[in-house]
Amino acid sequence: MSDTLLKVENLQTWLGSGERPVRAVDGIDLEIRRGETFALLGESGCGKSMTALSLMRLLPPAGRIVAGDVYLGKTALLELPEYAMRAERGGRMAMIFQEPMTSLNPVLTIGQQIGEAVKIRDGGDRRAVAQRVVELLHSVGIPDPVRRVGEYPHQLSGGMKQRVMIAMALAGRPELLIADEPTTALDVTIQAQVLALLKELQRQTGMAILLITHDLGVVAEVADRVAVMYAGQIIEQASRDRFFDNPQHPYSRKLFQSLPDAGKRSRRLAVISGNVPPLNQVFTACRFIDRCDRAFEDCEMAPGWTELAPGQGVRCHLAGFHDAVSIVELPEAEHTPVAAASGPGSSQGPLLQVEQLKVHFPIHKGVFKRTVGHVRAVDGISLSIDPGKTLALVGESGCGKTTVGKGILQLVRPTAGSVRFAGDELTRLKGGALRSRRSELQIIFQDPVASMNPRMLVGDIIEEGMKAQRIGRTAEQRRARVTELLGQVGLPDDSASRYPHEFSGGQRQRICIARALAVDPKLIICDEPTSALDVSVQAQILNLLKLLQNSRGLAFLFITHNISVVAYLADEVAVMYLGRIVERGEVGQLLAAPRHPYTQALLSAVPVADPRSRREVIRLEGDMPSPANPPAGCHFHPRCPFAMPRCRERYPDLNRLADGRQVSCYKVEHEES
Amino acid sequence: MMDSLVILWTDALVFLLLLFVGTFGVYAAGKEHLRGPWRLVVRSRVGVSTLVILSFYVAVGLLDSVHFEPSYLADPQAQDRAQSTEVVSLFDRLVLPLRERQEKTYSAPLATHLYAKENIEQSDGTMIRDYPRLQYGGAHLADPARDWAGDVLRLSLIGLVKGLLVTLVLANILFALLASRRAGGFAGVAREVLTGKGEIPWRSALITLGLLLMVLLWAVELSGRYHLLGTDKVGEDVFYQALKSIRTGLLIGTLTTLVMLPAAILLGIMAGYFRGWVDDLIQYTYTTLNSIPGVLLIAAAILMLQIYMSNHADEFNSLVERADLRLLFLCIILGVTSWTGLCRLLRGESMKLREVDYVQAAVAFGVGHFQIIVRHILPNVLHIVLITVVLDFSGLVLAEAVLSYVNIGVDPTMNSWGNMINSARLEMAREPVVWWSLLAAMIFMFTLVLSANLFSDVVRDAFDPRLRSSR
Amino acid sequence: MIAYIIRRVLYAIPILIGINILTFVLFFVVNSPDDMARMNLGMKRVTPEAIENWKAERGYDRPLLYNAARQGTEQLTNTIFFQKSLKLFQFEFGVSDSDRDIGYDISQRMWPSLAIAVPVLLVGLLVNITYALLIAFFRATYIDIWSVVLCVVMMSISGLFYIIGGQYLVSKLLHLVPISGYDTGLAAIKFLILPVLIGVVGGIGAGTRWYRTLFLEEINRDYVRTARAKGLSEGLVLFRHVLKNAMIPILTGVVVVLPLLFMGSLITESFFGIPGLGSYTIDAINRQDFAIVRAMVFLGSVLYIIGLLLTDISYTLVDPRVRLS
Repeated sequence: MSDTLLKVENLQTWLGSGERPVRAVDGIDLEIRRGETFALLGESGCGKSMTALSLMRLLPPAGRIVAGDVYLGKTALLELPEYAMRAERGGRMAMIFQEPMTSLNPVLTIGQQIGEAVKIRDGGDRRAVAQRVVELLHSVGIPDPVRRVGEYPHQLSGGMKQRVMIAMALAGRPELLIADEPTTALDVTIQAQVLALLKELQRQTGMAILLITHDLGVVAEVADRVAVMYAGQIIEQASRDRFFDNPQHPYSRKLFQSLPDAGKRSRRLAVISGNVPPLNQVFTACRFIDRCDRAFEDCEMAPGWTELAPGQGVRCHLAGFHDAVSIVELPEAEHTPVAAASGPGSSQGPLLQVEQLKVHFPIHKGVFKRTVGHVRAVDGISLSIDPGKTLALVGESGCGKTTVGKGILQLVRPTAGSVRFAGDELTRLKGGALRSRRSELQIIFQDPVASMNPRMLVGDIIEEGMKAQRIGRTAEQRRARVTELLGQVGLPDDSASRYPHEFSGGQRQRICIARALAVDPKLIICDEPTSALDVSVQAQILNLLKLLQNSRGLAFLFITHNISVVAYLADEVAVMYLGRIVERGEVGQLLAAPRHPYTQALLSAVPVADPRSRREVIRLEGDMPSPANPPAGCHFHPRCPFAMPRCRERYPDLNRLADGRQVSCYKVEHEES
Repeated sequence: MMDSLVILWTDALVFLLLLFVGTFGVYAAGKEHLRGPWRLVVRSRVGVSTLVILSFYVAVGLLDSVHFEPSYLADPQAQDRAQSTEVVSLFDRLVLPLRERQEKTYSAPLATHLYAKENIEQSDGTMIRDYPRLQYGGAHLADPARDWAGDVLRLSLIGLVKGLLVTLVLANILFALLASRRAGGFAGVAREVLTGKGEIPWRSALITLGLLLMVLLWAVELSGRYHLLGTDKVGEDVFYQALKSIRTGLLIGTLTTLVMLPAAILLGIMAGYFRGWVDDLIQYTYTTLNSIPGVLLIAAAILMLQIYMSNHADEFNSLVERADLRLLFLCIILGVTSWTGLCRLLRGESMKLREVDYVQAAVAFGVGHFQIIVRHILPNVLHIVLITVVLDFSGLVLAEAVLSYVNIGVDPTMNSWGNMINSARLEMAREPVVWWSLLAAMIFMFTLVLSANLFSDVVRDAFDPRLRSSR
Repeated sequence: MIAYIIRRVLYAIPILIGINILTFVLFFVVNSPDDMARMNLGMKRVTPEAIENWKAERGYDRPLLYNAARQGTEQLTNTIFFQKSLKLFQFEFGVSDSDRDIGYDISQRMWPSLAIAVPVLLVGLLVNITYALLIAFFRATYIDIWSVVLCVVMMSISGLFYIIGGQYLVSKLLHLVPISGYDTGLAAIKFLILPVLIGVVGGIGAGTRWYRTLFLEEINRDYVRTARAKGLSEGLVLFRHVLKNAMIPILTGVVVVLPLLFMGSLITESFFGIPGLGSYTIDAINRQDFAIVRAMVFLGSVLYIIGLLLTDISYTLVDPRVRLS
């Protein structure tokens, strides 16, 4: 057992005092070996972050460790006095956090912040410290580290900030690095960079990594061993390959099944019904019992830990019965589209036709605030959606995809271009005329918390659009319709007289969908509607959207960065980079064989929840440039592995290829001709 | 004998305010986001204790805000009294003895003799120079030197015991009321309250109420026979003055806010929501107004008011009415100097809110601007308004004292703590010092301001979700 | 950066004009100079001649905005608005009722005001920040709770009481320093100690509580957790990380009031008989000397606007996020 680095026994952490403390971590045992990557996987609120903070003894004031032992090597961490614990923190064990944006001190230079950590370990010789800071920055792959030392965090991009965080953690040459969702706030291409960096650093230094994540793909990518957390407990633990081959716990299995992908297009996704139980109680039954479709009488007694093999175990009564676990799946209802939606007014032409849409925000500068330039958030985009179809607009944060949605809805008035919806030019409509058309186009936002007025009852929220659009003549008619809509999105009738905060994230998103449906739209713009949700809840929403599309003939403009959702839901895909569409085509075709170098890199960077998918990750260098000052020529050329001289001069046109898709790239043009 | 009701401007506004608060209360009762925080307030020990004290002040202030012209037809003294004070309040009626028993000049608290020596004609016709007996204070004592201490002690005890008894009676009524509304029976409820177990900290409320009642009845007993807090230069009872000043303090603290609220809310939200030139104009207005140091703006405005009033003296029926208008004007001008802070806060918040998804969703539904402001913006900034109103209150009460000291506060004929301090200050150089006016004003003001400060802390914690989450 | 400052300066101009017009309206339009004269002379001996005399002495006998009796530019310049209001822009404040040059008086009297206001500000800042840091270090302990209670209690006491109580205790009972008065040079120190002390003590309640809130707000931020994760001690975390961030609002809050320090404190100065601008203003108010009040209103506004300007500039200096964007 000499290679055991960290040993946690029966760790229990409670939040809050009073009669019903939240038992955020409720008896965790785990072991991490030197040099390995151990992934702690779980959905939000399962206690994985609290576990990490407990190990570092960095709990928020309300939290306290009530029982358990943590050994780092031979040191019992929980028994150390605070000053000795400080030596371990940032010394043998270091931690990086989810939000690199807020985790760095905004008023100190990054050199000072890393230097501080160096000084604690290596002593105070200024020159040596400065030297080491540069070394550290270099080792985490920050270009031009000597100059960067004097910069402030806000001058760095998100990915760079996370690298600085890593450099800071490396300052004490840790044996264990705890990474709490280190890439969740980052884009996929940047995520690929950071994960690769972590792997590389691990190879060089031999440190162990405790990776905390909710992303099965990330786990498949980097982990050696996996533990799944649910409601404060570890419910399954195994080596990565065993886990992905044959997950044992019903919860783990459901997680896999609820992942959307192209293969499940015609089916409903498996969902885990209900919610995680509140943790401010003492459990006697299995914590998963209410949501498990294999629950039986024994489950009324909390299951113990069953060791299946060395290093593999599961907390389930079915654990012994290997094959019994894979009992018959419930037959999954097919998604059957209603005969190609043909509502009134839907002619042969597309429902929405966007031509050369531009949304520029002026930059003011100087004494008189003259306009010195523009942020070209959307810079000439054309797309069209047919009735009843789904177009996915894919891109990384800052590429302008959300602005496209708002520009189409005229929430932001476009600078140029045309938006034709069912024959009307929306950009020219004003006031009342525009208002009356608004019932046909609706939007669903990313954040279900922010998209509902917390001061209004759910019923009033859903009714608001109906009132504005004069749908339903009397209050009774509207009320009846609210009830009907709530039923359609799968919420109980009494929801109308409750407040949004009484609902979970997924339920809130359902309310938002009901609100949009209330005015009978033909097109709904879905702006990342599932990215704030857990995988199992995401599946519920995707199922609902698909169902609604089939039954009502809705068209969707689906704005997202999540490729697997695209694969599951979309008919057509458009990939955006820096305000422009670089590639557009039918979904299967585009995802299977992307042509544009950016699309290729983007798709390859998406982690796949299958360790055997041995795909080649095309790693992009650097970050997306600012839309205020896009590179000359092709916007992508500074990061493009295939950039040619031509690419620096002129932006390539969007050309239609033989197979029907459109790509804007000279290389592709060249290959085709 | 008919008393005709007189409604002063400030009285009207007080009752308008009361109506406003009442309406808001009814509105809030139906809204969980407003009811919830208030529930937190009444569940806090500090919250209920300060509420008890504040309600005492409010009760006095309200009683003092019902004015009428007494008809002294049956009163032989009517002639000369009608000249000096023509308007009295309900509160004056309640404490008539305090008001009427005027001595010649200063006397110390609970004294039996004046504070200044006078020539006294003895019964045998000789004149000696000594401290004369007070006309009212301790007049019932045959030999003050011998009886005074015993009498004061006796009266104090009676007062305290009475206070205790009233508290006990009230406590039992409370238990009975609570017991009738839920299970557990009288004894059970009483045990729950007394051990402080219930959700609402009735015990704290009862203790505060008990202490308040004991002090109050003690004061009532003593001030029946003595001048509890002495008399001032013209022999007026200082305790009476301090009580009368409550209305002034409360009015300054509340009416100012009432006056400034509409402008602050309307302009703040408009600036933040519409942006553009509307924003520029409103920002310009409040930056300009804010640039003039508040005291100086008030000074200039009050000076101008004085000129106006002295040149149009015939427009005012009575001194009381004149003082009242000056008070109202002071509230308005204080409002002008203080609305900018709230306005700026609301502007910032509205600016954030207009970009929030649910407002965007409303726009996407074609909801009009007015509806969006009323339905989405206003309810979501209401907590800021409430917090500001409560936080501003104590500052305004303190400001009144300072302004009156500089002679740009309320009318010098009006009872206010500032005027009391101002007049007492001149006597600080006396030997021995006349300290009681000052002390009385300070105690009354301090109690009110401290309660208000503690209360506003509780309210802010309850309403500010950001603070709540950081606990 | 320079363009930014120039823009802020330009923005101040319409505000100054607005203030000028506002004071003009307040002092000359709301009540006519005749009313002022009548008030000032007392109701009894008001004859039309006396009023004219009073107005002529002060130059209020001109028309408000337009002088039809004159020729050329004089039609505009020989008016009350031009002479009394626009001249303020040149810091020509005119003559007070007691026939003294207001500009000269102001330049003399601002030094005693500064002699009190500056030490009060600096010592107060030091005391409040130290105390607030201490509370932040012992947050959520009894030290924290009782300190907050103490602050609220201190806040609830009227400033007048601090002054009167302080004078009574220190000067009258203990005879440590004179009750009031002022002297030139170093001899002034014994007169300054008490007002400064009282100014500082009076400000502890509100100041400390405000700074405590700022500190606690920063302490809850993510970067503080990062700093702890590095293994920094709690003291270092407070001093290096929290203090440095919290100093941004503290400093910019101080910068706003810096220019206003010239104006002195009305109450303190009049209680302690210090011949500063505060007591100057109070005397003017009590004597109803409109010329002085008008001058002080304008001066105060100008200083406030300078304060706003300095705040904007100081933000760009203190906060790297503003500086470099």
